Formats: sequence, structure tokens, C-alpha cells
Amino acid sequence: MPDSYLIAGARPYGEEPTDLLIADGVIAAVGEQARSRAAQLEGITQVDAAGQIALPGMVDLHTHLREPGREDAETVETGTRAAAKGGFTAVHAMANSFPAADSAGVVEQVRRLGQEAGWAEVHPVGAVTVGLEGKQLAELGAMASSEAQVRMFSDDGHCVADAQLMRRALEYVKSFGGFIAQHAQDPSLTSWGTSSAAQMNEGEVSAILGLPGWPSVAEEAIIARDVLLADYVGSRVHICHVSTKGSVEIIRWAKERGVSVTAEVTPHHLMLTDELVRSYDPVYKVNPPLRTEADVQALREGLADGTLDVIGTDHAPHPTQAKECEWQQAAMGMTGLETALSGVQHAMVETGLIGWRRFAEITSERPAAIGGHADQGRPLDAGEPAHLILVDADARRTVNPEEHATKGRNSPFRGIELPGRVTATFLGGHPTMLHGELASSRTGRTA
Amino acid sequence: MRHLLSTADLSHQDALSILDTAEEMSAVSSREVKKLPTLRGRTVVNLFYEDSTRTRVSFEAAAKRLSADVVNFSAKGSSVSKGESLKDTVQTLEAMGADAVVIRHSASGAAAQLAASDWTEAAVVNAGDGTHEHPTQALLDALTLRRDWSAAHAAGSPRGTDLAGMKVLIVGDVLHSRVARSNIWLLRTLGAEVSLAAPATLLPQSVSSWPVTVHYSLDDALAEGPDAVMMLRVQAERMGGAFFPHAAEYTRRWGLTDERLEVVETLTLGDTGKPAVILHPGPMNRGVEISAAAADSDQSRITDQVAHGVSVRMAVLHLLLTGGHDA
Ligand SMILES: [Zn+2]
Repeated sequence: MPDSYLIAGARPYGEEPTDLLIADGVIAAVGEQARSRAAQLEGITQVDAAGQIALPGMVDLHTHLREPGREDAETVETGTRAAAKGGFTAVHAMANSFPAADSAGVVEQVRRLGQEAGWAEVHPVGAVTVGLEGKQLAELGAMASSEAQVRMFSDDGHCVADAQLMRRALEYVKSFGGFIAQHAQDPSLTSWGTSSAAQMNEGEVSAILGLPGWPSVAEEAIIARDVLLADYVGSRVHICHVSTKGSVEIIRWAKERGVSVTAEVTPHHLMLTDELVRSYDPVYKVNPPLRTEADVQALREGLADGTLDVIGTDHAPHPTQAKECEWQQAAMGMTGLETALSGVQHAMVETGLIGWRRFAEITSERPAAIGGHADQGRPLDAGEPAHLILVDADARRTVNPEEHATKGRNSPFRGIELPGRVTATFLGGHPTMLHGELASSRTGRTA
Repeated sequence: MRHLLSTADLSHQDALSILDTAEEMSAVSSREVKKLPTLRGRTVVNLFYEDSTRTRVSFEAAAKRLSADVVNFSAKGSSVSKGESLKDTVQTLEAMGADAVVIRHSASGAAAQLAASDWTEAAVVNAGDGTHEHPTQALLDALTLRRDWSAAHAAGSPRGTDLAGMKVLIVGDVLHSRVARSNIWLLRTLGAEVSLAAPATLLPQSVSSWPVTVHYSLDDALAEGPDAVMMLRVQAERMGGAFFPHAAEYTRRWGLTDERLEVVETLTLGDTGKPAVILHPGPMNRGVEISAAAADSDQSRITDQVAHGVSVRMAVLHLLLTGGHDA
């Protein structure tokens, strides 16, 4: 495959159409220059992008790739194919694998698998505590100085509930510029006696359905505590998948105070409410749970005004049998990589809350900056690395998980019509996806 | 009606139709030959993931009195991790030709999931799912209440009447009670007023959105003069710990004690002068939520409730499997 592409007539950030020349892994030229230089190049491929929007490749701070240990649910290969198909050029692989990514060995393994696959950059997230058990700090320094150069640490799936341990973790990672990404859930407020754990948002719907509730205060109390701790020790905390109105208010307050806090929100929390749980369909079971309409509105506003920094997909694939069962036995989580763009377009762009410039900030520029990846989330300018995507924003599609590249079929958007379609993904100048189909990975793998 | 999953989605007409059919079935149960040929050749599967001999026997008796074949299937403790899923089990039963599946499950929503799935064509009857609903229990409670309510108002037969104007007090662990949920929705549909008395720890946090009056004192609630007092079972595993300090305190504050029985003895059904009634879904913790004297008093309808269970379940199976009254 030739490695030079003339992308003709694309609209960077949804603005005026122009041409982009991609060569040698970078955006070689933009505008008039692109066309004249392209004319001099041999074996160039022209991509007709008339009407399509060009955006920097999306960066996900929150992806569950499941490997090692849960290859039945997803592998680095299948998960990053899904990333490429969804328009992501970099993902952060959460640490809750088996074994957990709590040592240099595991994070290096995940990084290597990502490199060998070549569908997207894979940045392993290190566990904060050994085995994600919330008891003892994992070897944070060793993971930071490993080849994976881990900067983001999270016990995601579990909360670092012990305040003293959280304080120590925040302090410890300062020495190598790391940060803690917290899954904010006070476990004592979401366990229901001996028998059962919280199953859905606590509120009017849970009371009627008789499902143990996950109260919003369990999230808000931890966020409030952690922003105070981060402020106190002068460290950086990132809040995973914010889901409640109260959380947005606390983060807004903290940012006004100058606390070094960043926060993410998932596309599903921007779109779906706990009313859907009335179906008892486990496809809607997720942690944190789907909340109420008032929460959805507050999250959208918080994302529009910058209180919430980024989109994180919390892509959480599960094998079919883990979802095709009784609600209370079903696994928590939804797939997200291949519907993220459409979801955010639907919830934020089509509602007029943000434009495509802000879209690029929340899906690419900010997550790259938070993750510390200077090469990703760059502007679409000459000389910049060619991590970019093309989007047919006018397209509409009915989501069919059977067509997804992820192994997971647990999409809450099954059968729903959503706007927008990623038609091409360039990873360092190489098209991992072209004309709406997966092409080949940077290492030559095909889907 | 294709399934009976909850009382929340039961219309006034459906509810009355079940209660009226149950009255007819009740007449059968008092005959010498307690059997109708209605469901001959039909198969009813009792799929019990949770032990409940009382409910299973009641459904079994109901199905047999309608001449159905009954398969009892105890699948206690099933889970994905243990191998066979609900889907697998139900498909096995489907292959055996089940016309109705009566399901009892510890997971809220299991009956609804079964009905919504394409795993089975059978009619699904919810015999209690987790802390969600137990609709036949509520229907038998309503049948019991309706008998007293209509008799006190000198109606010839309870048929065709509802519970308009009746005031029912439900006491105890509403939070974890599928019986309470099913009763609240059904009693409201039938026109009754419902009040609750419980500690806040045993009420849903969002109870204020429910169509009920809430009391945190049983004595205050009794002072409002309810026509019926429905005591809920306090589950042993919930005694002590974080929901309330200990059983003795619970009894003191929310138990139907001998002292409170004296108050209940002064209550009447509306202004008819006939005594108010006491209900309990059983099994009872005598001396905890209800005293022995209260359970055995003339106002207690606890043994009637059990008998009415069979009539109501006959009515439900009959209506679901024949789609009408042509018995
Ligand atoms: Zn999480």
C-alpha cells in the first residue's frame, strides 16, 4: 500500500473544505500546497473526502482490552481493531486484566501486544494497588520506568476506597509525573448487606424494580474527598466516568479552587437513563449505573462548559453468556469504541452544545494531554503527525453489534439509529481504516 | 393477558377479572370433587430457583385442580458460574412442552426477562422475583380484603366490586419486600388508600414518589384508623446490624404487640362497625413482627389467605391458558 495520501475536500474541524497531503507519517501539507506537492509524488492515493469532516484521531483514556486473562471477552488485537474502526488512534488499556496490570511485566506485555497488533497506540494503565485489592501500593515506580512508561494509574472497576492509601498513591506518583484515575464508588454505600451489591441507580426506578440501588452520593462523596486530597498533597487526580449532577458540581467547585483535577464522561452516560432498566435487559447494566434525565443534562452541560474534560468510552466487552442471564448475575459494562463518535455527535453536537472544534478537544486533544502523549491529539496542520480521522457526519446508521470489530456484542445502542460514521482512520500516516472498512494495521495485519 | 409478571401493569379490569374468577374457583374448592377439566392435557412447570414450599404447593394444587399436568423443577442456586443459565434451563423445559412456567427466583426481574425472551412460548407467572414483586400474593390478599370489605357493606357477593375507600396499612420491611410492592400497586389500582409504617432504613429512599402515606411510627399510623393492617415478615438475616439495632427494639416500635392489638380491636371496617382485619403473608416470626395473640385473634385472616392462594392461582392459570371465562 502506498504511504502517501491526498485527502481531497475534507473539512478540518467541520470548517471550510481543503486538501490534506499525508506522506511519511505526517501531514505534509494543507490546502493549495497539498495539491501541488501531491502532483509531484509517485504512487499517491487520492481519497475523495468531499463533505467529510477531518478530525484528529481520537484518544480514549478508558478502554478495557481484557488481555491478558480474559481473551474470551476481548484481546488487544480485537479491541484495537474496534478502536481503529471507531476512529481512535490511541487507547489506554485499563489494569483490571488477569493477572492485573500491577507490575512492569504485565504492562510491558500489554504494550508489546499493542505494538505487534498495530491498529492503535496502546498505553497500559497501571494498577494503583496490588491485584486491585485496595490494600497495598503496586510497583508504581517500576511501571513508570518500564518500557510502557506508565503515567496513568487506576484500580478501575474498584475504588481506591481507603483515604490514607489514596493519599499515599497521589503523593507517590508525583515523583514521576503520574496521576491517579479514580473509579469513584464508596463500596460501603453500594453493598447491600451480605448478599447483594448495588445493581442500578438508586432512585424511583430501582425502588419499583426491587434492584439494590447505587446511590449518587457514593460517587460524589469519593470525588469530594479525592479533590480535597489532591489539593492537599498537590497532586493530580482524574475522575473516571462521572455520572451524576452532584459530581459535576463538586468538580466545578474544585476547578474554581484551582485543584488539579480532570474528569471524563462516557457517551452512554450522556445519552441513556435508568428508565431503560425497566426492561431488565442486562445490556443496560453498567458501573457507574445509568442515572436520571437530570444527571444526563448536567453531564452534557458540564462537558460543554469544560467542567468535564474528556470523553472516556469505558469500552467493556463481555462474552454473550455474561449478559444473557438474570440481571443480578449479569456482568457490568457496555462496549463503546465503535459507537463513541456517534454518541457524542448525537448528545453534544446535534444538540448545539458544542461544535467540532470542541469535539476534537474532548475526544483527542485533552485526553492526549492528560495521558501525556505529545504525539497524539495534535492539530491538523502541516508538519504534525498524521493521526487523523474522516467522518461522514451526515450519515445515519442503525447500530448492529454483529458488525462490530470488538468481540463484545453488549452495545446498549443495538437497533438504535445514530448519526455519524467514521470512514477513515490514519495512524501515523497509515490508514487502518479506509472507505468505512478496516484496512490493515501498521504492522500489516488485516481484519 | 399473556403473562402475570407484576401488579404494576395490571389494569383495574384485569385485576377484577382475576378476583372474580378466583371466587368461582373458590366455589370449586369447596365441592366434594375439587377438580375442573379446564386444563386437561396442558403442562404447568413450577420452576423454583428459590425454596418456597408454601408457594410451590399452592401453585401445584391450583394446577391439579384444573387437571393440568405439573412438573416441579427445582433449580436452586443456578447461575452462570455454576453452568446452566436460566436460558438453558427454560429451553429444556420448553422442549418438554410447557404451556405455563411458574417461576420463583431470587433475582428481581427474572420472570420479566423470561417473558421478554424468545426462550419460551409459555405463559409466564411470576411467583416471586427477588425484591421486586409477588403478584399472586397481592391478589390473594386483595381477595381476602374484598370479602370482608364487601360483606361489611352488605353486598350480596364480592364479585364485581373493588376496594374503593378502604384504608390499608402495611407495616415493616417494605424495602426488601416483593409482597409490599405488589400490594401497593394492586391496592391502589383497586381504589384503596395505602399507608406504610416502617423505619426509614426499611423504606426505599425515593418512597416520597409513591402513592402512599408514610409513617415512621406504627402508633401514629394506627391512630389514623386503618381498615386493615398488613404485617410484613422481618427476615432473620436483616435483624440487627444496620437496618435497626436489634429485634427487641424492632418489636417495641414496629411490632403488632398485644398492646397494639388492643388498639386494632377498636378499629372497624369503614363506619360499618365490623372489625378491621389483620393480614400477614407468612411465614410469621411470632413475637417479632406479630404477637401470637394478634396472629390468632378473630381479626386475623392469616389462614384464609393461605386458602385464597389456591383460588387465585387457579384463576390466574385458567385465565392465562384459556384466555377467558369459558370454564
Ligand atoms: Zn470504572
